[in-house]
Amino acid sequence: MMSYEIIGITVLWFFLYGYLIVASIDFGAGFFAYYAKITKKDHIINQLISRYLSPVWEVTNVFFVFFFVGLVGFFPDTAYYYGTALLIPGSIAIILLAIRGSFYAFENYGSKRSNLYMFLYGATGLLIPASLSIALTLSEGGFIIETNGTVSLRVTELLTSPYSWSVVFLAIVSVLYISSTFLTFYAARANDKPALKIVRGYALFWSVPTIIASLTTFIALSQHNERHYENMLDLWWMFGLSVGFFMIAMLLIFQEKHYGLAFISVMLQFFFAFFGYGKGHLPYILDPYITIYENATQESMGIALIVAFIAGLCLLVPSLILLMKMFLFDADYVKGKK
Amino acid sequence: MEMDTVLMSRLLTALTLGFHIIFATIGVGVPLMISIAEFVGIRKKDPHYRMLARRWARGFVITVAVGVVTGTAIGLQLSLIWPNFMQVAGNVIALPLFMEVFAFFFEAIFLGIYLYTWDRFKKPIIHWLLSIPIVIGGGLSAVFITTVNAFMNTPDGFTFENGTFAAVNPIAAMLNPATASKVFHVLSSAYLTCAALLAAIAAFMILKKKASAYHKKALKLTLTVTFIFAAINLLAGDTSAKFLAEHQPEKLAAAEWHFETEEGADLILFGWLNEDKETVGEIRIPNALSFLAHGDFNSVVTGLEETPEEERPPLWIHYMFDLMVVIGMFLLGISFFYLLVSKVKKWNEHNKWLLWSIFLSGPLAFLAIEFGWIYAEEGRQPWIIRGYMTVEEAATSSPYVGLMFLLFLGLYIVLGTLCIITLRKMFHNNPAEEELEKQYPTIKKSQE
Repeated sequence: MMSYEIIGITVLWFFLYGYLIVASIDFGAGFFAYYAKITKKDHIINQLISRYLSPVWEVTNVFFVFFFVGLVGFFPDTAYYYGTALLIPGSIAIILLAIRGSFYAFENYGSKRSNLYMFLYGATGLLIPASLSIALTLSEGGFIIETNGTVSLRVTELLTSPYSWSVVFLAIVSVLYISSTFLTFYAARANDKPALKIVRGYALFWSVPTIIASLTTFIALSQHNERHYENMLDLWWMFGLSVGFFMIAMLLIFQEKHYGLAFISVMLQFFFAFFGYGKGHLPYILDPYITIYENATQESMGIALIVAFIAGLCLLVPSLILLMKMFLFDADYVKGKK
Repeated sequence: MEMDTVLMSRLLTALTLGFHIIFATIGVGVPLMISIAEFVGIRKKDPHYRMLARRWARGFVITVAVGVVTGTAIGLQLSLIWPNFMQVAGNVIALPLFMEVFAFFFEAIFLGIYLYTWDRFKKPIIHWLLSIPIVIGGGLSAVFITTVNAFMNTPDGFTFENGTFAAVNPIAAMLNPATASKVFHVLSSAYLTCAALLAAIAAFMILKKKASAYHKKALKLTLTVTFIFAAINLLAGDTSAKFLAEHQPEKLAAAEWHFETEEGADLILFGWLNEDKETVGEIRIPNALSFLAHGDFNSVVTGLEETPEEERPPLWIHYMFDLMVVIGMFLLGISFFYLLVSKVKKWNEHNKWLLWSIFLSGPLAFLAIEFGWIYAEEGRQPWIIRGYMTVEEAATSSPYVGLMFLLFLGLYIVLGTLCIITLRKMFHNNPAEEELEKQYPTIKKSQE
């Protein structure tokens, strides 16, 4: 029987993983939409992008809210440490998310298309992953310190750390990689040859920095937090599987077939890397202040949260399947006939 | 100058919530109006109502976007600005917060489906069915988040040991004494406000242009709903007052400037306090406060003197309370008057003055929401969790809150302005009559 702390953190990690995938698609798509506009290819791919994004952009945001509400719920001490240390970076992330979410609606449901909105939409698509990934960097320890009961963020250490920069770089390139592999699948699904040609090119292009950044992040971590690095080495098979799925995805996209399978491989690639990283991180949530055992919420609340979670899933999974059936796997909709 | 971080924390939270609450109210109430309009349209086979639903839904998306992003902001700000509060209370209120996100998730999924399937089904009733999860999801998220706020007013479902909450019972914390009356009042006022908002738009269109069949139907439908919810809301307000008298007497006493405990207490409307803390220039309704508090004109109402001085809420909340109540009465009166006039053949329900009053009722309803909310929040000062934690103990120690206040103020000004501009553009260049003709070629403009 797993303890409620382990179930709690696993659930949360699943949601963060879910956010990683759906938000990457969204953030990358925003960037590609803007890039296509300045390279005058927008008439080819932007229709495709907005057909996918319009019904789902709100859902993406919920994954994120879910994660942080759940984190504070299961581990209330995270509010104290992260909340105090992250006032400024957190507020900036909120503002970027606010600009992005609302401008998407103003742009797509309002009447006039504006270059400024497109630019902000594309730029925030890269800045948000970078700013959110800072929270992951901080969790490794050494950047948040508590002295005499006051929590503070060591900004200089953060800005000069090779590890934090490699995480930011990894976050940005993975967003573009995940997004372009999804768009490749979606374009193939829509049978949209010209769009497919462009986004397939993006996918092949962004795969290279993604795998390089993964390696450099791994190396930088070994210098920053040896305990975590050793744990990850023990989980070598998870990272091996991750690389294996990366190669399958690339092979399929390169050979121009089974794009759906290719995207699933990309999802598995990140699944194993992300869970290997997460498992190696335990038992710490914030090294060395918060562990999942010492800082978890009361047992009664933990169990109530898990029950609510299961009940919620019974409601959400069928609804999500309905959403996907109607907009992702409905060939006529994807092709623009509905 | 040393910036007072507690004051700035309070101002920043008030700013974000005050802005969010406008869009949150729309998010709860408008789906119900859309659903009603579509249902009436299908039942009566009247394209006017279905067009109403369609156009309301289109405008709704823009407000939802602002609601979502400001909701995300307040969700994160709770931890960023009040870390000590979340650390302590997280143990007790995590469940409703978690469930609120589920409800919102549910709503988000079906809103996406609803908006993009207008003409996708052969039977229109299937599309209408998709609106129900949106109404339920919106309503439930209001319910869950209100239980959190209710907990902060009347904490329950735990024991307090060594400065932390122990033996937590999450369900009992959610179903604390304040929950029922608060949920009732929040939901009924959200539905009322949105009906009034849409009525105001219809009235404005009739005033500006000629009274087309589309706008007349819109006015009648929205004012009927306004009347129903204004009446329900009156009951909800009364329930809340009776709850306060029993569980939070200092909040009711401060709102009513009721200092000394006495039987047969008078209800005081407006007025001001002179230097001796005596009420001057007020409208006094004899024994009405006793009736409001306990349903008996001669009952004893607890005065503010029973509360220790340092635990008393500020006295200016009296005005917030009065304004909220007066606007609530105005909404009930104006919608009743319209329905009365429309029943009598000889009278014209599209009289210019009546329409202007209806138009005014939209913004007033939102003001009442703000006033009522300020009253409820200021009324539990100095507590963040009444009886357990003051706001001073809960605020962040970070010195940058003042800077963040300016940043967010700028953000909300931009969002608010762009939201209005986008909505205006959306409807200004695309009148309902033209769209009706395009969508349903069987109706001629001449029939309008």
